[in-house]
Amino acid sequence: MKMKTVTLTVKQAPELYLECENITPDTFAGKKIDEIAQLPAYQGKEDTTLGEYFTIAGEAGATAAETQIILKGDCSKMKYIGIKMTAGEVLINSSADMYTGGWMKGGKLVVKGDVHSFCGLGMEGGEFIIEGNAGNYLGASYRGDWRGMQGGIIRVKGNVGSDVCTFMNGGELIVEGNAAVHIATHAEGGKIIIKGDVNRRVGGQMVKGEVIVLGKIGLMMPGFKYTKDVDLEVDGTKAKFAEYIGDLGERHPKRKGEPVYGKIFLKK
Amino acid sequence: MSEFIIKNGHVFDPVQGIKGDKKDIAVKDGKIVETSVLSSSAKQIDAKGKSVMAGAMEIHAHVAGPKVNLGRWYRPEDKLFDSHKTPGMTRIEGGKSIPTVFKTGYSYARMGYTFAMEAAMPPLYARHVHEEIHDTPIIDEAALPVFGNNWFMLEYLKNHEIENNAAYVAWTLNQTKGYGIKIVNPGGTEAWAWGLNCLSVNDPVPYFDITPAEIITGLIETNEYLGLPHSIHIHGNNLGNPGCYETTLDTLKLAEGFKAKNNFGRKQVMHQTHLQFHSYGGDNWGNFESKAKEVMDYVNKQDNLTIDTGNVTLDETTTMTADGPFEHHLGGLNHLKWANVDVELETAAGVVPYIYSPDIKVCAIQWAIGLELALYAKDPMRCFITTDHPNAGPFTRYPRVIKWLMSRKARDTQIKAFKNSDKVVAATNIAEMDREITLYELAAMTRAGPAASLGLSKDYGGLKPGMNADIAVFNINPDNMPSDPEEIEKIFSGVAYLFKDGKICVKDGVVVDNGNKRTFWVDVKVKENKQVAHDVKEKFLKYYSINERNYPVPDSYAPHPYVIAVDATQ
Repeated sequence: MKMKTVTLTVKQAPELYLECENITPDTFAGKKIDEIAQLPAYQGKEDTTLGEYFTIAGEAGATAAETQIILKGDCSKMKYIGIKMTAGEVLINSSADMYTGGWMKGGKLVVKGDVHSFCGLGMEGGEFIIEGNAGNYLGASYRGDWRGMQGGIIRVKGNVGSDVCTFMNGGELIVEGNAAVHIATHAEGGKIIIKGDVNRRVGGQMVKGEVIVLGKIGLMMPGFKYTKDVDLEVDGTKAKFAEYIGDLGERHPKRKGEPVYGKIFLKK
Repeated sequence: MSEFIIKNGHVFDPVQGIKGDKKDIAVKDGKIVETSVLSSSAKQIDAKGKSVMAGAMEIHAHVAGPKVNLGRWYRPEDKLFDSHKTPGMTRIEGGKSIPTVFKTGYSYARMGYTFAMEAAMPPLYARHVHEEIHDTPIIDEAALPVFGNNWFMLEYLKNHEIENNAAYVAWTLNQTKGYGIKIVNPGGTEAWAWGLNCLSVNDPVPYFDITPAEIITGLIETNEYLGLPHSIHIHGNNLGNPGCYETTLDTLKLAEGFKAKNNFGRKQVMHQTHLQFHSYGGDNWGNFESKAKEVMDYVNKQDNLTIDTGNVTLDETTTMTADGPFEHHLGGLNHLKWANVDVELETAAGVVPYIYSPDIKVCAIQWAIGLELALYAKDPMRCFITTDHPNAGPFTRYPRVIKWLMSRKARDTQIKAFKNSDKVVAATNIAEMDREITLYELAAMTRAGPAASLGLSKDYGGLKPGMNADIAVFNINPDNMPSDPEEIEKIFSGVAYLFKDGKICVKDGVVVDNGNKRTFWVDVKVKENKQVAHDVKEKFLKYYSINERNYPVPDSYAPHPYVIAVDATQ
């Protein structure tokens, strides 16, 4: 399968923020360049078009899977890029604002800079790579919802903020830097690897799932109990980890007669 | 005001017994009139090949007030990607199971509804209910204050003081601008404040030492003593549990021997709401099964009862009820989120999101039970279609429910689509039911029937000259019914025309006028009762968090009232 590429170059920065939910391979697929330029994009309450903010060149594929989108210029005031995408590729050569990669179902989304908060919300599949830092609520659920990250992979080369993967149900998050507070709160599945340090509040009200920390945890939650040491290979690193189970204050379903717990593995 | 003549439509009107005959309907000054009365300037509406019915009446939905708003507050995800402005005169509409007031009004109107009853108004928060009612465009609304766990009522009925209880009910209807007597889990919600519940009609309420049976019969007597337009409106004990149909039958039997006394043409003494949630057999979720037949066999032979269905629509929704203990129980079953409000001396409410998944056997059986109830109903004038919005599904799914009721093909398609199809068929009777609801029966179940049950049959629910000109015209031709059931759903989603008080408010499914929305309430005059006046004063001083003077709903909260006066002094 040969991919076709659409290149969007920022020609003017929005005064407020631009809502770019239409910048996805799914929306672009099968459209001509002029049609893409006519796609709506809100700025505040103003209804504008992508063409007003981007110079658009190249060609979209017939399907999402055959479409690659490259964004050039400063996208740090662009929200919702790659939202709900199911296939294809999006490459953002700068930073991006909130909700980037939200509810993503497939394909690959790469951000060369940082992303703001609420990115990868409720992600169901695909690959989301952030080469800079990520803000708060990465891979979490939407406010009020109980469906956080369900599948796919998020990799952050830098640090992440707080409330990471709240209500996570599946999938994997790899943070190469540090994390702030509230990791995997209410999680019922999934796996989080933090290669750096975490401040505190890891796994609060966690029912199921794994958090693996290679650095330090500032303060372990009182609801977690040390059980044993285990040898694990984590993202290419082999080491000995202390296994903790919890959150003991939460309900824990049984599987084959044994209660299922959330687990924290802390490198020794 | 303008005059209209709706020409050559197939008219369905149980009030006059018109079953699809081609007739012209004339409208003048907000009323239906004889065609001869119209002047030559009457605007003609061509209804050829269309069906004409009265505006539909929603008898039970949770559409306004603190409980609904609690759902909106704690479910922002309900509006996610679903807040939109359509071109035209409408405002932004948002929400799926707990829509904004604007969406509520517009959606009912687009489906041909002109009236909705808010099913549970906590008297203490009546102002909030009326604020939302006032902000809901087009449709007329009323609200039923909840009495089934009220301290005054518990104390009066414990000693069978019907006259005092009636004076208190009359006072509350007046204070809250309420419509009638709603009962939710009688005694059980109060018992829950003591960590208990009432799961049968004979479980005593702690401290008050009264049983749900005594509460229910006492409130029937109270209702008939006052002669209110509507009967008691009850959500009984033990809702939603396997085997609950026995409690339901015990509850329904309490109405035996009572006769309706009123000047509104109402015949029933008890309206049992969302019967679907009360018609479960089995004793656990494994052997859970339909008891719709058993329950409807009883309802069919007791003509002093009316019911509504509470159809499960197989959607993600938000359950909300004054049955606090039930919501707590439900929150423990699905582990999503639970909210609760206690309303001082009066009631409580709980809210829990719920997903009726077609892949879950119990949800599919619930779906079948709701439809079976309507299909077993012998008298469509006593069985009304609801989804207990938003408890069994959002009211915006009525067109889908109508599709299932009107088409066996549509039901069979859905049964086949269930993951546990065989188990669902084994636990229900739906698969062998041939009946398809006709347009005439539909008009009874959604128009004439609810109007009669609410005591509004003089002016609403029909198309007889003299009645209010609330009229829905649908793009459905009884001589050429659509073979594809999906077409039925589409037709009932958007009226060709909706007249509200003689004005066109919706045309081709698009809202074109905000209408003259009114708030219905019942103003009952009773003999002066010093005992009750004293008790009210004392309870406010001792227990209420607010002053008695701050309790009533001021007239400014219902600036367009339709007041039904009842004189109970004789």
